[in-house]
Amino acid sequence: MDVFSDPLNRDVYITGFLWILKLTLAGGVGALVLGVVLAAMRVSPIPVLRGFGTAWVNIFRNTPLTLIIFFCYFGLFSTLGLSLADDIDLNNFWLGVIGVSVYTAAFVCEAIRSGINTVPPGQAEAARAIGMTFLQTLTIVILPQAGRAVIAPLGSILIALCKNTTIVGTIGLMESSSAMKQLINENGDNVIPIFLVFAGTFALVLIPTGYAFGWLANRLAVKR
Amino acid sequence: MRITRLAATLGALTMALAVAACGGDDEGTGSGSGASGIEGKASSGKLVIGVKADQPGLGLQTGSTYAGFDIEIGKIIAKGLGVPESGIEWKTTVSSNREPYIQQGQVDVVVATYTINDERKKVVNFAGPYYKAGQDLLVPTASTITGPEALAGRRVCSVSGSTPAKRIQTDYKDAKLQQFDSYSKCVTALAGGQVDAVTTDDIILAGYAAQDQYAGKFKVVGKPFSEEPYGIGLKKDDTAGCNKINDILKAAATDGSYKKAWDDTLGKSGTAAPELDTAALSNCS
Repeated sequence: MDVFSDPLNRDVYITGFLWILKLTLAGGVGALVLGVVLAAMRVSPIPVLRGFGTAWVNIFRNTPLTLIIFFCYFGLFSTLGLSLADDIDLNNFWLGVIGVSVYTAAFVCEAIRSGINTVPPGQAEAARAIGMTFLQTLTIVILPQAGRAVIAPLGSILIALCKNTTIVGTIGLMESSSAMKQLINENGDNVIPIFLVFAGTFALVLIPTGYAFGWLANRLAVKR
Repeated sequence: MRITRLAATLGALTMALAVAACGGDDEGTGSGSGASGIEGKASSGKLVIGVKADQPGLGLQTGSTYAGFDIEIGKIIAKGLGVPESGIEWKTTVSSNREPYIQQGQVDVVVATYTINDERKKVVNFAGPYYKAGQDLLVPTASTITGPEALAGRRVCSVSGSTPAKRIQTDYKDAKLQQFDSYSKCVTALAGGQVDAVTTDDIILAGYAAQDQYAGKFKVVGKPFSEEPYGIGLKKDDTAGCNKINDILKAAATDGSYKKAWDDTLGKSGTAAPELDTAALSNCS
């Protein structure tokens, strides 16, 4: 592995995975917030909001992420002039965060909604009976129980999100897959070791993440 | 129970990886020990040529047909080896899979804007160079950018991880680099005004400038600031095949088929055919 003993190459590798980490964190937070709001819309008593939530899920869940990211650059930035930062990399980063957030939010929304279905209807009825409004019922009674029921699926979504962030490389962020391409381009004699190191890093981080979420899901499960 | 299941999973994973690694190696050595390299393969009347599929003027795939300068060079080589045009199988390669394709024998030769450099020479053999490209800039016709020095503070676009992108990062730090995964996105961004210039080998830029939809909009600055000798990649141990290809290229330079290959493709934009420097055709190792 003398490719990675060169500090310049190691720098490319580290920068690549730092971008992945940042994209995963920012995208994860964005997707979680958006997803919860969308789930609330989908179960709300107002038809317009329900329709909006359904449309969002159907549109973004069924569009390839590559296209969404592509649209974020050439649609939002190029055509509509939405500039999020002066620095090229930061601008691409935030455009990428928007892309992965709106895409992943569709999956988060569906996971949360399935969690809401696990909460016995009596809970909502009891909340209504003591005079809570819809929002109060949702945020105080339903969502806390629903969230704890879907920790494991949310973990899967986070893992998928982490790997999906490599697609942001198509609009120019030097994340891990672009970094790998660069190293392979410069070191044509070491293609397989480079590939294994990059694939291995993902596995090394994501396999424990999966187990951590499994453990969390067990701990936090609502005992009924 | 939990522990044993974890151990089983890890075990299965390790085995899968080991099998995958072995598979790759077997394939490499297996086809490498075949008959005498490229000439042996050509005697069967078939040749697999790796080319680019997304570079107008050089190697562009439309439907199932390929066209461009690299394609014409590939045809010349096939003809010289006695392979009929119907016996050629074109295979799309991208920059990062050229070496593995050659090593594993998935392609016999690679003619795909393949710059000869020392790292690559360690794993593949290069015939040629058949063309000497150089990194240049593509700018809008009205642009005032005259060379790489004028890039300070400007946005310049290239393909992520490519050699031209790397050169901008190290030698022209004041330029702002936007990277995409393909040159066509760069050219779209150039047309839209999000970047001020696109940079890569002049020959590739000329191909984009000559595309119908961009006619008259862009110009190549014409001040190359690097040397990229394009070679023809083949198996590392195939010195005989490499020399043979060089002989074919020499013959092509004298009988005019090299010039014809240029005129039929990149020459259409009006650029005169370059001289093929036959004295430099001695790269075989």
